[in-house]
Amino acid sequence: MGKITGSQAVVKCLQEEGVKIIFGYPGGAVIDLYDALFDADIVNVLVRHEQGAVHAADGLARVTGEVGVALLTSGPGATNGVTGIATAYMDSIPLVVLTGQVPRPLIGNDAFQEVDIVGITRPCTKHNYLVGKIEDLVPTIREAFHIARTGRPGPVLVDLPKDLLASQLTFPDKPVINMLSYQPTYKPHPVQIEKACKKIIKAKKPVLYVGGGVILSNASKELTELAIKLNIPVTMTLMGLGAFPGTHELSMGMLGMHGTYTANMAVAECDLLIAVGARFDDRVTGKLAEFASNAEIIHIDIDPTSISKNVKVDIPIVADCKNALAAINEWFKTKADISLEEEAGRHQSWFNLIREWTAKHPLSYKENNDIIKPQYVIETLHKLTGGKAIITTEVGQNQMWAAQFYQFDHPRHFVTSGGLGTMGFGLPAAIGAQMAFPDKTVIDIAGDGSIQMNIQELATAKQYKCPVKIAILNNSYLGMVRQWQELFYDKRYSSTTMDVTPDFVDLARAYGAVGLRATTKNEVEPVIKEALATDNLVIMDFKIEREEGVYPMVPAGKGNTEMLLV
Amino acid sequence: MAIMAESELTLPRNKQMKHTISVLLQNKPGVLSRVTGLFSGRGFNIESLCVAETLDPGVSSLTVVSSGDNSIIEQITKQLHKLIDVIKVTDITDKEYVEREMVLIRMKAEAHTRAEVLRVIDIFRGKVVDVSAKSYAVEITGSASKIQAVIDILRPIGIKEIVRTGIIAMSRANKSK
Repeated sequence: MGKITGSQAVVKCLQEEGVKIIFGYPGGAVIDLYDALFDADIVNVLVRHEQGAVHAADGLARVTGEVGVALLTSGPGATNGVTGIATAYMDSIPLVVLTGQVPRPLIGNDAFQEVDIVGITRPCTKHNYLVGKIEDLVPTIREAFHIARTGRPGPVLVDLPKDLLASQLTFPDKPVINMLSYQPTYKPHPVQIEKACKKIIKAKKPVLYVGGGVILSNASKELTELAIKLNIPVTMTLMGLGAFPGTHELSMGMLGMHGTYTANMAVAECDLLIAVGARFDDRVTGKLAEFASNAEIIHIDIDPTSISKNVKVDIPIVADCKNALAAINEWFKTKADISLEEEAGRHQSWFNLIREWTAKHPLSYKENNDIIKPQYVIETLHKLTGGKAIITTEVGQNQMWAAQFYQFDHPRHFVTSGGLGTMGFGLPAAIGAQMAFPDKTVIDIAGDGSIQMNIQELATAKQYKCPVKIAILNNSYLGMVRQWQELFYDKRYSSTTMDVTPDFVDLARAYGAVGLRATTKNEVEPVIKEALATDNLVIMDFKIEREEGVYPMVPAGKGNTEMLLV
Repeated sequence: MAIMAESELTLPRNKQMKHTISVLLQNKPGVLSRVTGLFSGRGFNIESLCVAETLDPGVSSLTVVSSGDNSIIEQITKQLHKLIDVIKVTDITDKEYVEREMVLIRMKAEAHTRAEVLRVIDIFRGKVVDVSAKSYAVEITGSASKIQAVIDILRPIGIKEIVRTGIIAMSRANKSK
């Protein structure tokens, strides 16, 4: 086979991995790579800021389960991508981020647009590389994809010096990748499975606590089977929403700081907590000493570092969630001397208690016939999309209301920055999701603050004909911080008032999008209907109750049962 | 290459205990900063750290001494193992192992102390590696506690400068086989 350039080899690697869409921004260090892409059957979505490229690749990865790819130039191109990389890292999203680097002889010389991006991203990537030799180029990119998508997924960065991209090489055949120092554990240990199953049989008040790992490992089917067959109530983390149908009677909704009363009470009271693909994050646990303090804990996770990191676990199961849940289901089918019909009737008094909690304090808000309540907007979005839309969010109140009131029935339909909490995530992520599924309804639920953090991506959406629907819950505040200031800082609204915001309807028009506004409750439904019927990018500007809060709320540092309620 | 470092961040923890952790890792650029970055980023303590190539030039061995309660040490070993370039992690503290550290000490050695310095060095099986009119540089090898004992004895005589390698350690061979 003849020689090709480094750039052509990179493109061939992307094709080999089945990549059809990448997100990026050109520059001096990657100009050769963009030249090679010009003739390839890969779409490069030209974003307007590199942070948008990484978030969009992340959005695509979250809705498809495939590896998202971003291509950035050296220096500022690479540093602009860092927030996106850290966002993906915290939520375990598989990405390969390719960055250009100055030519090898200049590395370390403070050359134009040089930055040590491998050094900068070391703590926020699963792994990263600076390719130093042309013969390492193809094996490194293959390894990057392998690492990104296997085990606990995550972003992998590959830094590509400009002169290397212009060098010649013979494209090597693809070997089976087997890394001496990287061998994730996929299969659960049968002894641990048996121990866990015996605990589950004995439990009188069990709870399934489900995180993003179930979605990442495509284990919703196995989880749903376990919960329904054994009649175990389910609570989900922000990242786990959609792993189990939110409208099912066994779903208690989200737990934690803005979780439901039922979910938080159930976790506090349960005698067995079955954690699946969750990591006992501080926003979930509240005060650690009071989290599930009456329970024995089973923890299924592919990452051993997640186990017993924050809360001591009784039965650890290191495995892929899908395999572990399948093994548990199999054990109950073949080894348990119980009848599943009888099981379905178990935990009756536990369910009575759970129903009492829900009856006493359901997820609710004070309705108003005139002023728009943000929760009403989300409920109406749910109603008019049949709960089938892909919802992305920004970060803050908009994100929590979306999590609480759009009852997700399907995995990979809720796209949100959970771990890092990145404002400006929702719009580019929605573009990524829409590029992956052009025919699905994709809605970015936003605040008037966070939408402005990556608003330049409206042009990207328009250019690539992404008919994303943006629902701005506009209160002219940085609402979540304002809520904390209201509750804990004597209403001293320091730097949370957005005195000047653009007219979002005019702004939409300026970008060639459709702008709609609702200022009263009865305008909400017509606006959403019109937006959903429009085959164009739409901004819906909902002027909502300015000082509406997100409730329930567990104040920072308190136990989860000490909730502030509506 | 050998590095000794004191972490800036030492959190008060219960039941702090010293642990010696032996790590095999790929000998690649940047791998040491992955290890040290892990310790600094997560607030783990490094008392000493030594790293050098093994017989296989593609593999390095690293000995790190850290301290913390059991859950911290468990996290350290798990997090180390999670690094893609790390091949094997063994906490050898509770196993049979041999540890060695080397120290170079420059001693004040004037007429009235020269003989005493030599006597002490002899007792600890050290040797003089550099001599000047007013000083001896001596080399001593041994366990960390032996090194500490030498330093304690030499200090009143007059230490001018001291450089320690940090601990390297190796598990003892399994005697039953």
